Amino acid sequence: MTMRGKAHTFGDHIDTDQIIPAQMLVTIDPVELGKHCMANNDPEFAGKVQPGDIIVAGVNFGCGSSREHAQISIIGCGVSCVIAKGFARIFFRNSINLGLPVLECPEAVDAIEAGDELDVDLSTGTIRNLTRDLTFQAKPYEPFMMEIIEAGGLIEYTKRRLAVAKG
Amino acid sequence: MGMTIAEKILAAHSGRKEVSPGDLINVKVDLVMANDVTAPIAIEQFRKLGVKEVFDKERVVFVPSHFVPARDIATAEQFKVMRDFAKESGIVYYELGQGGIEHILLPWKGHVVPGDVYCGADSHTPTCGALGAFACGMGSTDIAVAMATGEVWMKVPATMRLIYHGKMGKWTRSKDLILNTIGRIGTDGATYMAMQFEGEALKSMSMDARFTMTNMVAEAGGKTGIIPVDEVTLDYVRPRAKHEWTVYEPDPDASYITTYEFDASAIEPTVALPFSPGNTKTISEIAQEDIKIDQVFIGSCTNARMEDLREAAEIMRGKKIAKWVRCIVIPATQDIFKEALKEGLIEVFTESGCQVSAATCGPCLGGHYGVLAEGERCVSTSNRNFPGRMGHSKAEVFLVNPPLAAAAAIAGRIVHPEEVAGKVSAS
Ligand code: SF4
Repeated sequence: MTMRGKAHTFGDHIDTDQIIPAQMLVTIDPVELGKHCMANNDPEFAGKVQPGDIIVAGVNFGCGSSREHAQISIIGCGVSCVIAKGFARIFFRNSINLGLPVLECPEAVDAIEAGDELDVDLSTGTIRNLTRDLTFQAKPYEPFMMEIIEAGGLIEYTKRRLAVAKG
Repeated sequence: MGMTIAEKILAAHSGRKEVSPGDLINVKVDLVMANDVTAPIAIEQFRKLGVKEVFDKERVVFVPSHFVPARDIATAEQFKVMRDFAKESGIVYYELGQGGIEHILLPWKGHVVPGDVYCGADSHTPTCGALGAFACGMGSTDIAVAMATGEVWMKVPATMRLIYHGKMGKWTRSKDLILNTIGRIGTDGATYMAMQFEGEALKSMSMDARFTMTNMVAEAGGKTGIIPVDEVTLDYVRPRAKHEWTVYEPDPDASYITTYEFDASAIEPTVALPFSPGNTKTISEIAQEDIKIDQVFIGSCTNARMEDLREAAEIMRGKKIAKWVRCIVIPATQDIFKEALKEGLIEVFTESGCQVSAATCGPCLGGHYGVLAEGERCVSTSNRNFPGRMGHSKAEVFLVNPPLAAAAAIAGRIVHPEEVAGKVSAS
């Protein structure tokens, strides 16, 4: 699974209130939530993001509330994946469960400037900065998480598990 | 090898003799919770699973709390989705006027007891770890799977040990210990870890005060926060427990990833400045800055229990809040509201010029009821002060303990409570 798009850069400790404001938590529609993605950080973001673009951020991305509206809004506005120096625990877990690819790679983040063209291969965790001709390797997923990702998220994964249990 | 409390609880819930940090395990849960923000997604995901019934009706609880009472048609629709599912499936549902904020309501009603694994679709779920339980916040999708199967996957966290020696000073509260801790270890200082709180200062705290400590585990990135069970815990649990409990003690040779020690007697009342709970200063540092404020909020799952309200009322009794300052007081649950009414606290607040509301998260997440305008400053007893948390992204939120919040409302700026305590207002 490969993704390709322009980098949009953010700082450290981007919390879920910045990703999707509480005022918007009254819908679970991806298109509607996508329109307000990052509204409390950069109100212009949702308007300028192109399908496939990539969010690049510092440490502790997605800290704060457990709202999955954060993932839904990121997916909804067309972002293909998030690369960060680190993720908050619940955000990371929700992303795997919902099928939003998230990659942890501090070195890549340090070498990416806003607007750089990036290419990500999820199966190998390879991040290529095409603008600067640099290649990085993200932290690999646990095999168990890879199974969830390959199933297309936790719901599909669980459905299969329940089917097997039933025989 | 010895185990920590978190490890013992997880071992017992995964049918193993022993677990170690990093183990990926399937854990049986004793309780599953979702609120009005997270339940609608959980319900949708639950339906996709194709399962007909929840794993145990008594152990799945929905609590409308964030936008209660319905703010607009969209929130009313969300409540309807939740309520319809609850009716149909027979799970536990706390309607407005009978419930309140989940993290205060559920332990109070006896749904969580020592030794439980409790998963809630809300990041402040670790609050219940103050009862010696493993309480963990997750997203709606995990909760949907837990509702269906009674199980979740978990990675066993390493445990961070935090020991608070000594006795707290006159104006220092559990809120100050936890703010000071987050200031010291950072807002990602405990990411993926269980935080185990101990020490003399903890032992002398009421349950109300202990819940404030574990509530803010989320602000340090922690997976759960646990306080060992003692008589204070059991006195709280005995009259209300809905199921049996088990007390787990850490083994003497348990291993901890880090140990932090604090001198509680040296921790001053602490303020978290915008825009991070880790951006802390002591009240003496901040009182000199003459920070004028527009709003005070005394409420939230962090500090809106009886003890908090009593302390705030004690400061306000017989005084009026400052001109051009508005103060919103929200007891966390209907039961607390009733008790505050009986004790005369509601009268104290209203006589001082505060607006008192029935239980809701309200201003805490800027959803409704007291949203801030651009550039406004609010002193709040809640747990988060991120940009836009309580309204406009350029509104500023200062996190404090309840006496400090009450003192700020009277003075109209951030002051040491000593400055207003005992003084009777001229007006
Ligand atoms: S009071 Fe605030 S922090 Fe607590 S559950 Fe409600 S919104 Fe979340």
